[in-house]
Parts: sequence; C-alpha cells; structure tokens
Amino acid sequence: MRDETINTTRHIVRTAFPHTIPVLTGYLFMGMAFGMLLASKGYGAGWAFVMALTIYAGSGQFVAVGLMAAGFAPLTAALMTLAVNARHVFYGIPLLERFKHYGRAKWYMVFALTDETFALFCSVQPPPGMDEKKFYLAISVMDHIYWVCGCTLGGLLGSALPINTTGIDFVMTALFAVIFLEQWKVKANRTPALIGLGASILCRVVFGPQWFILAAMAVLVLVFSLGIRPLQQRMVEP
Amino acid sequence: MMASWQAAVMVAIFALATLFTRALPFLAFPASRPTPKFIVYLGRVLPFAITAMLVVYCLKDVHPGTWPHALPEVLAMAVVCGLFLWRKNSLLAIAAGTLLYMVLVQVVFV
Repeated sequence: MRDETINTTRHIVRTAFPHTIPVLTGYLFMGMAFGMLLASKGYGAGWAFVMALTIYAGSGQFVAVGLMAAGFAPLTAALMTLAVNARHVFYGIPLLERFKHYGRAKWYMVFALTDETFALFCSVQPPPGMDEKKFYLAISVMDHIYWVCGCTLGGLLGSALPINTTGIDFVMTALFAVIFLEQWKVKANRTPALIGLGASILCRVVFGPQWFILAAMAVLVLVFSLGIRPLQQRMVEP
Repeated sequence: MMASWQAAVMVAIFALATLFTRALPFLAFPASRPTPKFIVYLGRVLPFAITAMLVVYCLKDVHPGTWPHALPEVLAMAVVCGLFLWRKNSLLAIAAGTLLYMVLVQVVFV
C-alpha cells in the first residue's frame, strides 16, 4: 500500500500545481499592476521585489504604495496595515490544529497565509498517502513565487502593458465563488456559509467598502457564539 | 521620495504588521497548550463564513445603484457558478467567467 514515490518533491509539486493555476493568473497580473504602480512613484523593481517577498499581501501592498509616496510616517504605516489586514486574524483559527505538528515550516506558512492560500487550504486536500504538510507547503511556496515574480516583473516593465488587462482581478472573485460552491456541497457547511454571506452583505451595505470587514468579523464572532450549541451539533466530524 | 533608509523602515513596518495579523492566533493559542473548545469550534465554522466574506470583499466596490448596475459582475458570476455546477470543472469556470468579465468591462460596458 505504501508508495514512496508519492512523496517526492516533484510529485507533490505536480499534484499541488493545478490547484494554484487561478492564483498564478491572479498573482502575476495583480503583482504586475502593483510593480508598475510602485515604479510610477519612483520605486523600481528592486523595491517591488523586496516588498513582495517580505510583505506578501495584495491589498496591503497597494495601500503601502500610497503611503510610500506620501512620505515617512511609521505609525500611520503600522495602523493602516493592521486595519487593511485585520481579516487575516481569522485565517489562523481554523488552521491551529492542522499546523500544530508542522515544525519549522509552520511559521513560514503562517507568514504566507494570504486570502488565496488560505482559501486553497480550506478547500483542497492532498491525495491519500501524500505528506499533508509538504503538500500545503508546496501551495504556500508556489503562490509566494507567483506574487514575487508578478510584482518584480511589473517593476521592470515600469509602464503600461501592451495588452489591456482591465478586469483580470475577477479571477480571484471567481476562485472564491467556486470554493464557496465547493463547500456548499456539504450540507453541514451551509449554515455558517449563509451566516457569513448575510453578515458580509449587511455590513457592506451599512458600513461601506472601507470598514465592513471589521464589522463583519465582529458580527460573525457574535452570531457564532450565540449559535454555538445548534451549530456545534451539526458540525461534528463527518 | 523618502531617503532609502526611511523607505526600508516603512517596508519593514508593513511586513511586520502584516505578519502580526497572520500570526496572532498562533501566538495567542500556542501549540504546546490545548486550544480552547470555543476556538476549535470557531475554527470549524469560520472557513465557510470567510469564503463568503472574501467573495463580498472582492465585490465591495461594486455599486448596483449606478450604471452599469453591477451587470458585468452579475453576468460573469452567473457564468462561473453555472459552468462549475454543470461541468464540475473549477478551472474552466474561473477562466470562462474571468474572460467574459474582461470583455464586458473593456468592450461592452465602457
């Protein structure tokens, strides 16, 4: 039954790669948009590379471009980043148990926990017999590479692309929608999914595009703590 | 333009603040201690709620009240969901939906 070839790096990367194709598309083009925007403020490809490598956050980096252009303001930089990335606080919670035995790789994977990587972690499973940690690590590293390549390339190109890429960011929306439908197939997931959808739409309408995430996070924790008993009964291991 | 050292400090702050948001749950609930039951429960229900939240997050700047009344988003989303449910192929659904969206915003609803 044990097949050793299933856990070679080559095989793991090959198995994980197809799951990352939507992220590849999105990260390359959104990264390029970031690199070009940054270059337009006077920071070249070297800066784009370093920022992609060390910050590794889509919307966070776009906000950072504005702050880099505005001048030296460390406190504003810290507060803005915390506000823009607050949603990331949620991503670790479902992964606490899974990451427990991941050793040193754990902290890299925590660092690399973007929206897209998190969404893949919640929807994709390694085939039976494959080393789970290596499979998820491969997804983390590949997504990170796409982003660094995209951002750096954008910095090198500097100005407009020869093709019009307006609207390509929809690839992320589509990816999340597909993952939503995938999760929807399991009946027990539907109540939390609907609560998440309802709370997000409601908060977007009430609080506007800038602040709705923080509000939605608070509403979700509140609703889930109130509904703990009925939900817990339904969420028992399948 | 800032001095290079100032820009470097800014980048370091962006990086550390981002890392902090991602590491917070792991720092609050270290692997050496058992995770509180409520947090384990939250971890079980949150992924499904977060996926929905991310879809809304991607569409947060859409205004159905003004032209083109979110039509590109609605049509592309219908193609993504329809194709995925019909052909059970996520890559096909994502690619077709994204291409349609690009055509809609670049050519149709200019």
